[in-house]
Amino acid sequence: MKTTGTVTGIVSNLVIVEINGPVAQNEICYINLSGVNLMAEVIKVIGKLAYVQVFESTRGLKVGMPVEFQGHMLEVMLGPGLLSKNYDGLQHDLAKMKGIFLQRGDYTDALDYDSEWEFTPLVEAGAQVTAADWLGEVPENWVNHKIMVPFVMTDKYTIKSVASKGTYKITDTIAVLTNSKGEEFNVTMVQKWPVKKAITAYREKPRPFKIMETGVRVIDTLNPIAEGGTGFIPGPFGCGKTVLQHALAKQADADMIIMAACGERANEVVEIFAEFPYLEDPRTGRKLMERTTIICNTSNMPVAAREASVYTAMTIGEYYRSMGLKVLLLADSTSRWAQALREMSNRLEELPGPDAFPMDLSAIIANFYARAGFVYLNNGSTGSVTFIGTVSPAGGNLKEPVTESTKKAARCFYALSQQRADSKRYPAIDPMDSYSKYLEYPEIQEFLNKNISAEWHDQVMKTKNIIQRGKEASEQINILGDDGVPLEYHDRYWKSEILDFVVLQQDAFDKIDCNTPLKRQRYMLGKVMDICDTSFKFDSFEQCSTYYKRIINVLKQMNYSDFQSEEFNNYEKELNTILNERKA
Amino acid sequence: METKAFQRIYTQLTGITKATVTLKAQGIANEELALVHGRLAQVVKIIGDSVTLQIFSGTEGIPTNAEVIFYGEPPKLKVSDDLAGRFFDAYGNPLFGATEIEGDPREIGGPSVNPLRRKQPSELIATGIAGIDLNNTLVTGQKIPFFADPDQPYNQVMAMVALRAQADKIILGGMGLSNDDFLFFKNVFENAGALDRIVCFVNTTEQPPVERLLVPDMALTAAEYFATTKNEKVLVLLTDMTLYADALSIVSNRMDQIPSKDSMPGSLYSDLAKIYEKAVQLPDGGSITIIAVTTLSGGDITHAIPDNTGYITEGQLFLRTDSDTGKVIVDPFRSLSRLKQQVIGKKTREDHPQVMNAAVRLYADAANAKTKLENGFDLTEYDERALKFAHDYSEKLLAIDVNIDTNVMLDTAWELFAKYFSKTEVAIKNELVQKYWPN
Repeated sequence: MKTTGTVTGIVSNLVIVEINGPVAQNEICYINLSGVNLMAEVIKVIGKLAYVQVFESTRGLKVGMPVEFQGHMLEVMLGPGLLSKNYDGLQHDLAKMKGIFLQRGDYTDALDYDSEWEFTPLVEAGAQVTAADWLGEVPENWVNHKIMVPFVMTDKYTIKSVASKGTYKITDTIAVLTNSKGEEFNVTMVQKWPVKKAITAYREKPRPFKIMETGVRVIDTLNPIAEGGTGFIPGPFGCGKTVLQHALAKQADADMIIMAACGERANEVVEIFAEFPYLEDPRTGRKLMERTTIICNTSNMPVAAREASVYTAMTIGEYYRSMGLKVLLLADSTSRWAQALREMSNRLEELPGPDAFPMDLSAIIANFYARAGFVYLNNGSTGSVTFIGTVSPAGGNLKEPVTESTKKAARCFYALSQQRADSKRYPAIDPMDSYSKYLEYPEIQEFLNKNISAEWHDQVMKTKNIIQRGKEASEQINILGDDGVPLEYHDRYWKSEILDFVVLQQDAFDKIDCNTPLKRQRYMLGKVMDICDTSFKFDSFEQCSTYYKRIINVLKQMNYSDFQSEEFNNYEKELNTILNERKA
Repeated sequence: METKAFQRIYTQLTGITKATVTLKAQGIANEELALVHGRLAQVVKIIGDSVTLQIFSGTEGIPTNAEVIFYGEPPKLKVSDDLAGRFFDAYGNPLFGATEIEGDPREIGGPSVNPLRRKQPSELIATGIAGIDLNNTLVTGQKIPFFADPDQPYNQVMAMVALRAQADKIILGGMGLSNDDFLFFKNVFENAGALDRIVCFVNTTEQPPVERLLVPDMALTAAEYFATTKNEKVLVLLTDMTLYADALSIVSNRMDQIPSKDSMPGSLYSDLAKIYEKAVQLPDGGSITIIAVTTLSGGDITHAIPDNTGYITEGQLFLRTDSDTGKVIVDPFRSLSRLKQQVIGKKTREDHPQVMNAAVRLYADAANAKTKLENGFDLTEYDERALKFAHDYSEKLLAIDVNIDTNVMLDTAWELFAKYFSKTEVAIKNELVQKYWPN
């Protein structure tokens, strides 16, 4: 029998329910508001009173209205048909909702019960299986979607029968399993999983040892992110966080992209809706939308569902990882998620931590980031969830609780700088403040040197050094004046400016410059570093700046040209002529 | 709203604070309206049979035996074409002794648009101001505030933008507007012969601050009527959102909520987003564009109000007085229109993006030169040229009194480039330079 209750108090979206039976923390319930069901989650219980956060507006709710508890936590449906879908934070399909405005209680199915899938078995009767083992596969867009033993079935099972090759609906039984006691279980193509629990049905989670190519030079070259790694992008508003995230979504070398629009602008999501069905994935030639799932809880959608949305996204990511895919999960912005936690903590009248955030904020964030990772599956194949979150620090101040907690949890830090954004040096990732801990991993260093070039890691370190020295020189020039420093300072400063303009800066709106493959990055970095290693002769600092501006201009034109095209080669010849003018 | 026969009347208050009253009542719905001692109030909290109401006009003089009548419904606005050309107070009652309008009552602060049903904003709004059209192009369906210090002429600029924007309807939501500014808007709209396109909801400084909380929702409900039912292009002006946020903090304070940054309620982001996200481009051609004003204190954008606003809106426009030319300009460094990428170089001339960036970069060089000058260093010849360029750029393009077409702005920029710089210094894609560099 389900536990039921009645509403006894309402404070915004926190509702107090008097209950007549057992309830669990985080259990889902529905409040019946004159025929409309409002979904809610238990967040505190005191005696006979359950405090629930409602995922909808509570306008019109009255004391005495009936509540029905569901006996499970917030779950998502996992099965073929998730790709290319646009969900709200609770995995309701936005496309199936009626009308222009979102109506309360319009809870649509996450998957299509009528669609049919071409099933091919991958196991035979008699085989031994456990949670997450592959039973068969169906083609979903261009992915071979694996049908697995449900993650909750962690015992050992024997396959009694498996469906033959053919067309099935997602709720058809495709395998019958028996456990050691001889009990039988019917397995379909769809399973459910509570979003707040990590899916751990894999063999091993090693340290990441490969890098994930993103086509963004300042990331790939200077601070690469590992496949299965974690990173975060904090920055004040207007520094290009969103443009950068969209670039990653378009270009990253991943099999699947999940974008969690968490409490951000609706028009930004609309941009993805409008563009991704037409943009091509350069690697597969397929449309980007085919590899993308969007979880959308924009800032005007209910706050409590915002908190759920990042977990929904992560769970879907873990599901696809279990099929041996490379998943990239992007969440914009995790600060909005933290604010949702703060609003609830406030209504619960909990004692506040720093900046009125809940005390366990840091633990919650760390726990979430820990769900990303590179894994070896039960059958030895590999899969990964790479996670990049953005943080919107209040007032652009990085010493605030969400940024600090995230810094402890994430391995890559891409600091967007207001100063760089103001001078339109995009992407505004600060080359000195940012870091990638993966560069310190010996296994990553080995990977880079093997796959890019033998001296790559050393060259990257040297690049960083030149940028650092250029920055110091520029500070000296600003303090002492152009005439007050040796000419060599100007030379040093301008060499770092070449790196800035040609490697760090990248035009996200230019169709060629927006995406630089690693091979091209290696070539251009080599080119620039050769210039940095060359000594030139100058009589005055004015001569120096004019000369380097010419070099920068030609190199930029190279960036705008197709790699090694005639145009590109002509600019390169022009560059060589300029370089020969002043070689010492 | 009239008293209906079956409504229950309560006469025993159990608590009174500066902004709220509490009483015992049953069968009350969350967020429904009530009349307390003749003043409009809204239910904000129910615990058992104890109901807390927020009194919009304050609780001064309310006795414990005040009469409380519940309406049984949330705040509504009657919408019809009759709204056009009218002035209302924060409750939607007509001002200047005008008669009530007839129309279909709609709940204010209603649900949001399904993001999947939105269209991508792609229609340019021309204002003639180069600081906006050239550097920070506006698009229908966008939401963008002016960030300005109280001494800057933001209301004047906003009125100018509104009249030039060619919207089907202009809806003004005035919060804590001084009576003088209200009359200014009224006169400007009257003189422009635009009154039939205007709807105003106004809370002036003479009226209670908490009433302001209704103004944006009233204005946007009217906007939604014209945008969804009539497929019109609606421009909503909200001034001043800082005073709106202050009213939010007053209420949350009275309700004993723990304040977060700058004494603002922890829900400030969501509260502001609910308003700004009403900006939308609808599939059938209607749109709501929001231009707001957020006043700053001493230009501080790290304060919670401008900070949260910046994360919600699609850019911001900074006004600043340029000391070189003595003119008010739209600051090219700190201003931003996020949606400009949808139109520049697509709906405008192809060279627009690169010209815009190059001009701002050169203007930044001038700013560096200025710093050098202030620190007593010698200027290079390049610095001198950059400073001269900055002066002309500010006077001919950035100043808000400039009113020219976008193509003229681009031509002007090229002329300035050619006058002060070489082609390599400007560093624009070669094919564009060949086409547009003046000879």
